[in-house]
Amino acid sequence: MDRVKTSALSGAEIVVRCLQEEAVEYVFGYPGGAVLFIYDELFKQDKVKHVLVRHEQGAVHAADGYSRSSQKVGVALVTSGPGVTNAVTGIATAYMDSIPLVVLTGQVPTAAIGLDAFQECDTVGITRPIVKHNMLVKDVKELAVAIKKAFHIASTGRPGPVVVDIPKDVTAAVCEFDYPETVAMRSYNPVKKGHAGQIRKAVQLLSEAERPMIYTGGGVILSDSSALLRELVRFTGFPCTNTLMGLGAYPGTDKQFLGMLGMHGTYQANMAMQHCDVLLAIGARFDDRVIGNPAHFAQNPRKIIHIDIDPSSISKRVKVDVPIVGNIPDVLDDLLKLLGAGRVPDVSAWWKQIDEWRAKDCLRYDRSAKIIKPQFVLEKLYEVTKGDAFITSDVGQHQMWAAQFYKFDKPRRWINSGGLGTMGFGLPAAMGVQLANPGATVACVTGESSIMMCLQELSTCKQYRLPLKVVNLNNRYMGMVRQWQQFFHGNRYSESYMDALPDFVKLAEGYGHRGVLVEKPADVEPALRDAFARKNELVFLDFITDQTENVYPMIPGGKGITEMILSEEL
Amino acid sequence: MRHIISILVENEAGALSRIAGLFSARGYNIESLTVAPTEDASMSRMTIVTSGSDDVVEQITKQLNKLIDVVKVVDLSEAEHIERELMLIKVRAGQKERDEMKRMADIFRGRIIDVSDNTYTIELTGDGRKLDAFIRALDHGTIIETVRTGTSGIGRGNRILRV
Repeated sequence: MDRVKTSALSGAEIVVRCLQEEAVEYVFGYPGGAVLFIYDELFKQDKVKHVLVRHEQGAVHAADGYSRSSQKVGVALVTSGPGVTNAVTGIATAYMDSIPLVVLTGQVPTAAIGLDAFQECDTVGITRPIVKHNMLVKDVKELAVAIKKAFHIASTGRPGPVVVDIPKDVTAAVCEFDYPETVAMRSYNPVKKGHAGQIRKAVQLLSEAERPMIYTGGGVILSDSSALLRELVRFTGFPCTNTLMGLGAYPGTDKQFLGMLGMHGTYQANMAMQHCDVLLAIGARFDDRVIGNPAHFAQNPRKIIHIDIDPSSISKRVKVDVPIVGNIPDVLDDLLKLLGAGRVPDVSAWWKQIDEWRAKDCLRYDRSAKIIKPQFVLEKLYEVTKGDAFITSDVGQHQMWAAQFYKFDKPRRWINSGGLGTMGFGLPAAMGVQLANPGATVACVTGESSIMMCLQELSTCKQYRLPLKVVNLNNRYMGMVRQWQQFFHGNRYSESYMDALPDFVKLAEGYGHRGVLVEKPADVEPALRDAFARKNELVFLDFITDQTENVYPMIPGGKGITEMILSEEL
Repeated sequence: MRHIISILVENEAGALSRIAGLFSARGYNIESLTVAPTEDASMSRMTIVTSGSDDVVEQITKQLNKLIDVVKVVDLSEAEHIERELMLIKVRAGQKERDEMKRMADIFRGRIIDVSDNTYTIELTGDGRKLDAFIRALDHGTIIETVRTGTSGIGRGNRILRV
């Protein structure tokens, strides 16, 4: 094992040296008492750049967006107590979507732990259920190994956030710096190769399928297996659908792509999921927003093959016939080799059926409307950015429309909080995306309610000159809440209407950005073109959209995957 | 179905709360939980008695394996195993109960480990049902205090859980 050894360093110096060794480009953070020594060391060097956010939630979301769009580990640094509790939403967001983060948290000095000290909280206890792992480092001698382990654990196996809690006295204490190149843990050895016998069984099922379906999730993106997935889908000629987290893994514009599936998935994708005879699930987890009611899903018999790195994702909500635990690229590699040697079934009859479903054109909406339809804004956004932007989103109707109408042809272009559904994610995540991809076009699709949850980060955008484009679909309602209230609560719009909204144009200007109000359908495209032509400016586009528009199709909560509500237009 | 799950876990601070937290967060039952270091001081061995359908128990073992500190997990009740629990029970043992209490302890192969003018403390080992049976066999009014360790278990013969 090669080791990097130096003379005695302080804990704070060790933290920064570890980040340098890990080639960390950006740390997203906010200083405070418990991390002052670390900030002092950050000040003395220029390899690791610090991005000062305006709220710790923003720091973690930004690190998250950085990671999602770059495949690197995102790093956040926050102080003890409120720094940590503010970061909790960000950590939980990353955990639910399996995003590799290392979150360094300050802690009160070891002698003060447990004494209700100023800005003390039980960080390890609070974050335990929302991290892949966490640790409190009580001895400076353990610090370097703890940070090494954190990066290792966060980025291997099923990725996830790791919290390293560092008491202030540990950052002041001194010891020899000894950064291991690798770390071995007897209790943590993620698998790579899938079981050969299981892969053979899968190939057998696939080669005999009459109505096959390939369903893939965030795992394909996280494991960088998009190229292999494309090869598999093209080679077999089978239909493919992606989950909300999996969009971009397979090209959104390809004919074999049925669109997103699930609660707001396409008619054809959901119908094909229910009626297929062999289902190949890759890096997806059959969650409630994807297959709806599992009992309804089980009514149609089908053989299910499930490839996932995490055994606990397999047979959790849906019983699986051929489980394959392994690293997706390794498994797909083996699978493709075996498939190549065998025969591919003729599935033209199945495609005929799928095309009939597809002909329903389930995403249709009223294009002649006099008010701006949110779907129209997304279509124009797609056109204007030529489908090549990084799109982050917040949570709600705008998120679903973005997922439906922006055709992602590349992985890591669609950045959203799928699992936790965190409003406020979009803007800070977009900051991380822009920093990870300098020069790229980055847009945050949001709504007037979501954007106000992390609005303060507009100030960070100014400080770091991040030329994001904020696409605010302003319908003066918490649209998704309103939609559920319309469908399931007798049109009683309880607390889903916001009175006294700010003037977003002035607000953007107040933060030093450009704000544009767009009220007419004819102005949508010119406004977008003008905004995206401004390469060095953040432009906040406030689109006044139809207040009553709903997201269709929709599977009501607890219903079966084919029990979709379709638009009245259909 | 009742299951006995044995876990080897790194002897790290907070390992117990990770495991207990997992059970409460995911709504799994814990009937009993025992933990102590093994002959290898870097590891603790934990025995958890839980109940649930096969699917639930499969999820429990998978979720436990996912915890970074957990080295190994085995469902002992899947095959031949031995389980034991220790109970200390303090009973009323005045002049009129003393002989009867001693006899009961002998029948159950318990040992009287503390004696006062009016109490006995009896140590009893066995599987949980034996301890339950002892409690049932006593006149309820004579029981002053009980403390049980919860079940510990080990596989029979060549069934071994170690690193």
